[in-house]
Amino acid sequence: MNRSGFWFVVPFLVLYAAFLIAPMVIGLGASVTDEGITGHASFVGAANYAELFQDPAVWSSLGHTLVFTVVSTPAIVLVGLAMALLANRATPERWLYRLAFFAPYLLPVSVVVLIWSWLYQPGFGLINDLLTRLGLGEVGWLSTDGMAMTSIIITTVWWTAGFGFLLYLAALQEIPRQLYEASALDGATPFQQLRRITLPLLSRTHQLVIVLQVLASLKVFDQIYLLSGQGGVPGVRSIVQYIYESGFTRFRIGYASAISYVFFALIAAVALLHFRLTAPKASKGAER
Amino acid sequence: MNRRTFILAGAALATATGAGAACSGPAGLAYWNLFSGGDGARMTEMVGAIGARLDAVTLAWGTPYYTKLAMAAAGGRAPDLAVLHLSRLPGFAPLGLLDPFDDDLLAAHGLTPDRFPAAVWNRARHNGRTYAVPLDTHPLVLFYNTELCGKAGLLQDGKLKPVRGERQLLDAFGKAGLALAAARDVNPWRLFWTLYRQQNGQGLLDDGKALTALRLLQKIGATARFTDNNAAVALFGSGQAGFFWNGEWELPTFQEQHTPFDVAPFPQIYDRPAVHADSHSFVLPHQRDRDPARTARTVAAIAELVGQSLTWARGGHIPAYQPVAASPAYLNLLPQANYRSAAAEAELDPPVWFAGAASDLQSSAGATIGAVLGGTMSPEAALGELKATVVRLKNTPSPS
Repeated sequence: MNRSGFWFVVPFLVLYAAFLIAPMVIGLGASVTDEGITGHASFVGAANYAELFQDPAVWSSLGHTLVFTVVSTPAIVLVGLAMALLANRATPERWLYRLAFFAPYLLPVSVVVLIWSWLYQPGFGLINDLLTRLGLGEVGWLSTDGMAMTSIIITTVWWTAGFGFLLYLAALQEIPRQLYEASALDGATPFQQLRRITLPLLSRTHQLVIVLQVLASLKVFDQIYLLSGQGGVPGVRSIVQYIYESGFTRFRIGYASAISYVFFALIAAVALLHFRLTAPKASKGAER
Repeated sequence: MNRRTFILAGAALATATGAGAACSGPAGLAYWNLFSGGDGARMTEMVGAIGARLDAVTLAWGTPYYTKLAMAAAGGRAPDLAVLHLSRLPGFAPLGLLDPFDDDLLAAHGLTPDRFPAAVWNRARHNGRTYAVPLDTHPLVLFYNTELCGKAGLLQDGKLKPVRGERQLLDAFGKAGLALAAARDVNPWRLFWTLYRQQNGQGLLDDGKALTALRLLQKIGATARFTDNNAAVALFGSGQAGFFWNGEWELPTFQEQHTPFDVAPFPQIYDRPAVHADSHSFVLPHQRDRDPARTARTVAAIAELVGQSLTWARGGHIPAYQPVAASPAYLNLLPQANYRSAAAEAELDPPVWFAGAASDLQSSAGATIGAVLGGTMSPEAALGELKATVVRLKNTPSPS
C-alpha cells in the first residue's frame, strides 16, 4: 500500500485535529460546567442546557438567524442566477458584468459594512439623500429593528450573491450549445428555452448553491455585529452573536458552549433532512 | 485547507511571533484605553505631557473594549495599565481580572483616599483593597440654550433659575423645548436611575419609587421628540431645543458649534440631590508574572496622569483628583466649574456584576425606559419589564 498520500494529508490533519476536533471535544466538556473566562470550572450537569431552553434571548436570536436565513437565501440564489443568466449572454460588455457582479464578493466584511453604513446614513447618506431629492421621505435604515434586518439582508445579498453567480455561470457554460440550437429550430421561444432546458440542467447547481447558502446564512455574525454598531442590538442579534456575547462579554464559557451544541444539533438536523430529501433521487440515478 | 495554505499559515505564524517578541520589550508601559474623538486627543496630550513613557492603545468604546480587556487579563498577559469605568469594577475585580494596588505605593505617590471624592473612592475598593484610581467623575448634566431659555423667561442674571420638583421641570421643558437621547441609548436608564436615587430608592427595585420616576419620564417624553443621541445633539446644537439632557461629555461638541449655551447640574426633583454618574479610572489588569518595578512605574504614571486632569476637564469631565479639582485654574474653567457640585452627588450604577457602563442591565433597561419616553409603553408595563430583567439577571449565575 502506498503510504505517501498519508504524509501529504498530515499537515491538514494536524490543523483539523488541533482547531476543529479538539475544540469540539473541549466545548462539549465545557458545556456541562460553569466555566468562566478565568479557567475555573465545576461540573453543573445539564444546568446550562436547562437554562438555555428558558432563556428568551436564545430563542429570539435563533429566530433572527432563521428569519435572516429564510429571507436571504432565496434572494441570494435568485439574484445570483439572474446575474449569471445576464452575464452569460454573448454581448461585448460581458466581461464588465462578470467583473461587476463578482467584485463585491472579494471584499472583506469590514469594507462592505463600512460602505453600506455610509450609504444607510440618515441625512447625508447616499440612499437617503437620493430619496429626499426625489421628494420622498427618509428611511431609517438602521434605526428600527425591522428595517435594520432588511438593510442587513440587502447588504448581504449585494456582498455574497457573487458566489452563487460564479457557480451558476460555470454551470451555464457546461450546458451544450446544441440543445439551444435544436430547440430554436423547433421554434422554442427564449422563455421556453430557459424553463425547459436551462433551469432543469442547473438542478444540481441549485442544490449545491442552496445548501451552501443555507449553511452560510445560519452562521451569520460579522455583518450583523458590525452594522448594528458592535453593541449587540437585541432586535437583530443572531444566535452566533449571542454565543459570542455569552462567552466573551458575559464571561460564561460553559453556557456559551451549551448554546453552541444545541445550535450544532439543529444544523446537523438540517443537514440530515437534506440528505433524506436528496438521497432517494441519487440512488434511483445509480440503478438506471 | 491545503498544504500550500498550511505552509503560508506557518510562515505567517512565525512572522507574527517574531514581531510579537520584538515589541514586548521593556521600553514603554502598555496602556489600553477607550477614548476616541476629543477625549482621545486630550488623553494623548496628557500621555505626551508626563515623564513616564506610555505606549497607548485605543480600542472601540463599550462592550468591545471590555471584552478585549477581560480576555487579556484572563490570559494573564494584560497591559500594564488600563482604563475601566468604575461601575464595571464589580464585574471585574471579584473574577481576579484586576490586580489590587498596594496602598503604601499609592500613598507614596500622593494617591490617598482624602484626595478623591468619597462617592467614587468607595467604589474603587473591593474586599478591603484598592483596585482603581479614579481620574474623573462624569455625571449627567442639564445643558440649556441661553438665548431660547432667556426668551422663555427661565433665566435670572444670565443663569438658569433653579428648577425644583416635577411641575417646574415640566414647565421649563414645555417652554423651551427638550432634546434627549431616548432611542437606542442607555441615556433613559441614566435618567431613571437619577430620579430613582433622588427619592432614595434602594436596591433593585422599589416599586413605588420606580413607578414615580417612570411616570415623570413618560410626561417628559411627551414634551420631547423621540430621537437617538445624534439627532438630539443636532437639535440642541442648532438651537432647535432649549434643553439637552445628557452627560457632560457632549460639552465640547456644543463649544465647537458655538451654540449659545451653559450647563447646570442635574435639577433636584425629589427628596435629595443625586445624579447618575460614572468614573473613568485607572486599573492594573491581571498579569500572571507581575514585575514590582514595572508596577511601581505604572503607579507613578497614574499619579502623573491624574495630575494632568485639568487637560481632561476641558472635555467636560470633573477631575477626581482634588488638588486639581480645587485649583483656581479649574474653578475658572467655565462652564465646567458650574456643575462641579455633581461629583459629591454622584450615583454610580448599583454595585452588581451585571450593571455598569455598556452592561446588560444598562442596555436592557435603557430599551425599556426608552419605550416609556417614546410613549409606546406605559410606566406600569415598563416596571413589570424592568423587574423581569432584574430577576433574569439576578438568576443568571455570576461568572466565575
